[in-house]
Amino acid sequence: MTDLAVPAPAPAPGSEARAARKERLALLLRSPSFILGSIVILFWVACAILGGRVTPYDPLFDQTPDLGVPPSSEYWFGTDRLGRDVFSRVIAGSRDILLVAPLATLLATVFGTALGLTTGYFRGIADDTVSRVIDAVLAIPLIVLAVTVVSALGNRSVWSVTIVIAAVFSPIIARTVRASVLGEAQLDYVEAARLRGERSPYVMFVEVLPNVMPPILVEATVRLGYAIFAVATLTFIGFGLQPPSADWAVQIADNYPFLSDQWWTVLFPAIAISSLVVAVNLVSDAIQQVLER
Amino acid sequence: MLGRDASEEAVAEYNRANGTDRPAVVQYLDWLGSAVQGDLGVSLATGIPVWDVVGPALGNSLKLALFAFLVFVPLGILGGILAGLRVGGPTDKGITVIGLSLAVIPEIVTGLVLILVFSIWLGWLPVTAQWEPGAGALTQIRHLALPALALVIVLFGYIARITRAGVVEALDADYTRTAFLKGLPRNTVIRKHVLRNALMPTIAVVATQTGYLVGGLVAIEFLFNYQGIGLMTLTAAEQKDFTLLTAGVVIVGLGFLVVTLIADILFAMINPRIRYGTAE
Repeated sequence: MTDLAVPAPAPAPGSEARAARKERLALLLRSPSFILGSIVILFWVACAILGGRVTPYDPLFDQTPDLGVPPSSEYWFGTDRLGRDVFSRVIAGSRDILLVAPLATLLATVFGTALGLTTGYFRGIADDTVSRVIDAVLAIPLIVLAVTVVSALGNRSVWSVTIVIAAVFSPIIARTVRASVLGEAQLDYVEAARLRGERSPYVMFVEVLPNVMPPILVEATVRLGYAIFAVATLTFIGFGLQPPSADWAVQIADNYPFLSDQWWTVLFPAIAISSLVVAVNLVSDAIQQVLER
Repeated sequence: MLGRDASEEAVAEYNRANGTDRPAVVQYLDWLGSAVQGDLGVSLATGIPVWDVVGPALGNSLKLALFAFLVFVPLGILGGILAGLRVGGPTDKGITVIGLSLAVIPEIVTGLVLILVFSIWLGWLPVTAQWEPGAGALTQIRHLALPALALVIVLFGYIARITRAGVVEALDADYTRTAFLKGLPRNTVIRKHVLRNALMPTIAVVATQTGYLVGGLVAIEFLFNYQGIGLMTLTAAEQKDFTLLTAGVVIVGLGFLVVTLIADILFAMINPRIRYGTAE
């Protein structure tokens, strides 16, 4: 029974929770896939921040008189047909995707969590309605949906790509959060908080939310991987980032027609995308294993 | 439609004639009314009835998706079984690592690398998916091989991983131990007891991932310039051909629902527990 006179204790008292967090962090730091993934991600983040300041040539403008030369000691990854140094462009190309994909994931996580918390906590007709709408949205493949929305919006800026990806991912995250909240809302501490006379927003965000954080964190890292995937695909088919961005997928789309003569202009950005996506997934796998132990 | 320099009167006239001056809700209900009767209108860009464009495109996409499915999904399952039967060994580790990496890399990237290696460097297979009209079955298969591989390579790791988990679990189960203790030969146990149970989750995953496959069609058809429903939808979006775009999206959504339904029914047919459960 819950003693109403004493405020119900938080599900995990502070010191215990901190110890658990410390243990999880130690476990993460011992995981080789987490370390490897983090190193690759940090490398690309550093490239994104430093960008054109550290590259041997200017990544955006024609700088060299050598058009379309294969990799050599002077141009490590060769040059494209406009004479731009591919190595410099690969380094600078990490910027836009590392801006769009995490931002979209963050927006989707915040919005999806709010939606999932509300529907899972209140249930009833609002939940039914929102859940059916989510089902309907998820019946259309992500890329098709994104293409439709981008073409309806009519502009293809960095922002519209971010918002489209966030909008498409929100219901997916909402569904995961809702499922966790359904289980959590049955527990005694929620009932106790209600009996104490706490308002619903307080119960949802202060009592329930901290306890469903682990699945939300896992979902967010998984979504980040998919967001990079989605931005790259959208960009390649012409509905994502646009030139003059040096983004990897922009480079691929730009040079793809000349693949047979200048393979280096496509292969190196492709390897860069792959390394980033695999790294994000390594990290998300490691976090998942630690949190769900 | 009327060109960039169309006068305001001409635009108003066009809107009146095509009903685009009415409120959005009325237009939507009108479209819905026709669509459920099978009338999807005419393409705004070309004036060709939507069905005449959608039909062949849908046929092409189905051909590619079916080919991909029939050839490569069994490969994924086989990989998972091999890995599951040799848990912890080099075969297992190799299949798991390769599968995981392939599952997360965008299919345009794997597709590009496949084109580079098999079409350009080795010269074994054609670069585009579109064959000459009237080409024989063998030529068509040669053209379909790379796009099909790129399309399902993302699923390979996923399917292999689930199958592996199913095999490991079934090998560990009491009924498997009983079967071994009865003195049944190893192959019989694996075929009749392990695999039958191990493939349940795999089928469920294949079913839920088909929607993903439909989404992958867009990028792959674009990459290989293959005239399917994905490329059609993309071109329609590019040209703001909204009748064709809506039809593409609706059909892709319907296709996803139908495939999921078929997979659910198949699942019930293979798994007696679900069938008995509903009959009682």
